[in-house]
Amino acid sequence: MFSNIMVPVDLAHEDRLSKALSCAGELAKSSGATVTYVGVSAATPSSVAHTPEEFAKKLDAFAAAQGEKHGVTTRAHAVTSHDPATDLDPTLLKAVDETGADLVVMASHVPNITDYIWPSNGGSVAGHAKVSVLVVRD
Amino acid sequence: MADTTNNQGIPEPEGHADIIQTDYEIGQDNIDGQVGPFGFDIHNPVFLISGLAIVIFVFYTLALPEQAGAVFSWLFSAVTKGFDWFFLGAANIFVIFCLLLIVTPVGSVRLGGADATPDYTYVGWFAMLFAAGMGIGLMFYGVSEPLSHFSSAVGGTASEGGVRTDWAPLGAAGGDEAEAIRLGMAATIFHWGLHPWAIYAVVALALALFTYNKGLPLTIRSAFYPILGDRVWGWWGHVIDTLAVFATLFGLATSLGFGATQANAGLNELFGIAVGSTTEVILISAITAVALISVLRGLDGGVKILSEINMGLAFLLLLFVLIAGPTVAILTGFVDYLIAYVQYLPALSNPVGREDVNFSQGWTSFYWAWWISWSPFVGMFIARVSRGRSVREFVICVLLIPSLVCVLWMSVFGGVAIQQVVQDGYTAAQDASLELKLFKMLDVLPLAGITSLIGIVLVIVFFVTSSDSGSLVIDTITAGGKVDAPVPQRVFWCVFEGAVAIVLLLSAGGLQSLQSMVISTGLPFTIILLLMCWAIWKGLQSERDKLRQG
Repeated sequence: MFSNIMVPVDLAHEDRLSKALSCAGELAKSSGATVTYVGVSAATPSSVAHTPEEFAKKLDAFAAAQGEKHGVTTRAHAVTSHDPATDLDPTLLKAVDETGADLVVMASHVPNITDYIWPSNGGSVAGHAKVSVLVVRD
Repeated sequence: MADTTNNQGIPEPEGHADIIQTDYEIGQDNIDGQVGPFGFDIHNPVFLISGLAIVIFVFYTLALPEQAGAVFSWLFSAVTKGFDWFFLGAANIFVIFCLLLIVTPVGSVRLGGADATPDYTYVGWFAMLFAAGMGIGLMFYGVSEPLSHFSSAVGGTASEGGVRTDWAPLGAAGGDEAEAIRLGMAATIFHWGLHPWAIYAVVALALALFTYNKGLPLTIRSAFYPILGDRVWGWWGHVIDTLAVFATLFGLATSLGFGATQANAGLNELFGIAVGSTTEVILISAITAVALISVLRGLDGGVKILSEINMGLAFLLLLFVLIAGPTVAILTGFVDYLIAYVQYLPALSNPVGREDVNFSQGWTSFYWAWWISWSPFVGMFIARVSRGRSVREFVICVLLIPSLVCVLWMSVFGGVAIQQVVQDGYTAAQDASLELKLFKMLDVLPLAGITSLIGIVLVIVFFVTSSDSGSLVIDTITAGGKVDAPVPQRVFWCVFEGAVAIVLLLSAGGLQSLQSMVISTGLPFTIILLLMCWAIWKGLQSERDKLRQG
């Protein structure tokens, strides 16, 4: 049904991703699709990596581990952003085009009152992406 | 299987960089969680201590205004008068150090690794470093400072009991108008040229180097890793970071207050809007509101766009004054003042045995302390946007080009104002209060209504860019170097800045006493900056060694 599934991942908070990751893994397996994990990082050091280069390597390793776990073909797509706290949504939407994904599977928190002012990243990607988006609540 | 070659997101390898191996993980001291619906992610002691200390200080100046005023003004004069030699000497060291970096081989080291590419184009980068660095000061002092030095220089020297009581720079130029103009312009350029930008360059370079090449968090303490080792993650580092937050927030709040006064004066001149605290509170609230939008739009969508708009407007105003004023005289003046600057530089920057005590302590020492207390904020912001530049390119662009632009700005605005006095006998600008001088100077040029309006807009937008970039910087420091902490934190700091500014504005003398305190933080920071020079040198050498080894 789908051939290329994009999964945005936050390597600093892997624990919050488990549902979305297994969901993407199972979908990919049943339709023989490739999963592309997209990670967004600033150029400054973070808790995940010291440099963008190291970040990309970690994302590669993450993708490889996921591929092994679910038995599917995976790829990694690391993106650097000047200000990830505010630019995440447009960066992810651009990544949808760059990766040529036909489905986005992403984790999102249960909406609360602040979502009226700051929509969740999942909500805003679902609102603007041209491809199907599956938002998985944690 | 993972396809490791498919990382189109990062177009080029970043190349060699000598990462510092430390067990410290960025964010390990942070607490993150949820307050009601808002998420937060803050550095444990730094956020709380700096936030609480700021509240306590504000209460102190409000509750005991006279005592606080006396304490801070004593502190201020003790620092600028007792340590003038230290400020002047240190600033000279920073200039020489930066110039050395341009010519020595370490200048070829690239920030972000040997193959890193610049994050921003020259225009965007330059606009941002200029707007953060001194935008507002140029509006405030562009007309007033050259006029002040010219007037005091032409007035000659005066002394009482062997101590000079006049405010003229160096030996003054009593009665000699032509020489007084040269001396006045040289003294102004001295305060806005190489020295302040060298101060910013040192801090910015230290942070950029230790963040992008060494992999340490983007916060002031990281530059001290070569000196303190892993102790920077403990109390030493907390103190350094807290001081930086302090200087930044109070610096911004006092500037917001003074900026509101200037904008109010301009609006009064132009539209007859009443001068008073009501208008100023409305102005600060409006500036904070715009800054808030900018902060929410982020670095690229907010700060950068506003900085570019501002640079465009400022350039138009500069061009207009240049054309509407005595163009040829200004242009020849530019060259002449530049020569005067070089000629007077050794005497002006001499740290010991000065006879012009009022000038060297009241002006120069004050300025150096002021620039230095601003340096954590401006330096950190410059570092944030400078990844991918080589050290040589960085120093040339942060030191030499802004200095030249400042010379041009001062030559045009100050030059026109002085010409008005000397040739036309128009003294309205000379006699006006500090915040009105710019508008009085524009008054006698054509289209005064439009240019004054542009002037007011510039003052306001410069404040917005200071306020939003300041919020980003404080948020990053108080989040332990994380640049992707939840956005509500930036909103908090932005609003907090505005609130502190309003509270201080409403209290009698609140702004002045806080300004004295900010300047007093310049003293410990001078020591921090001197240590930074050493850290930069060590850091750059290890980068070079790594490159040679391949």
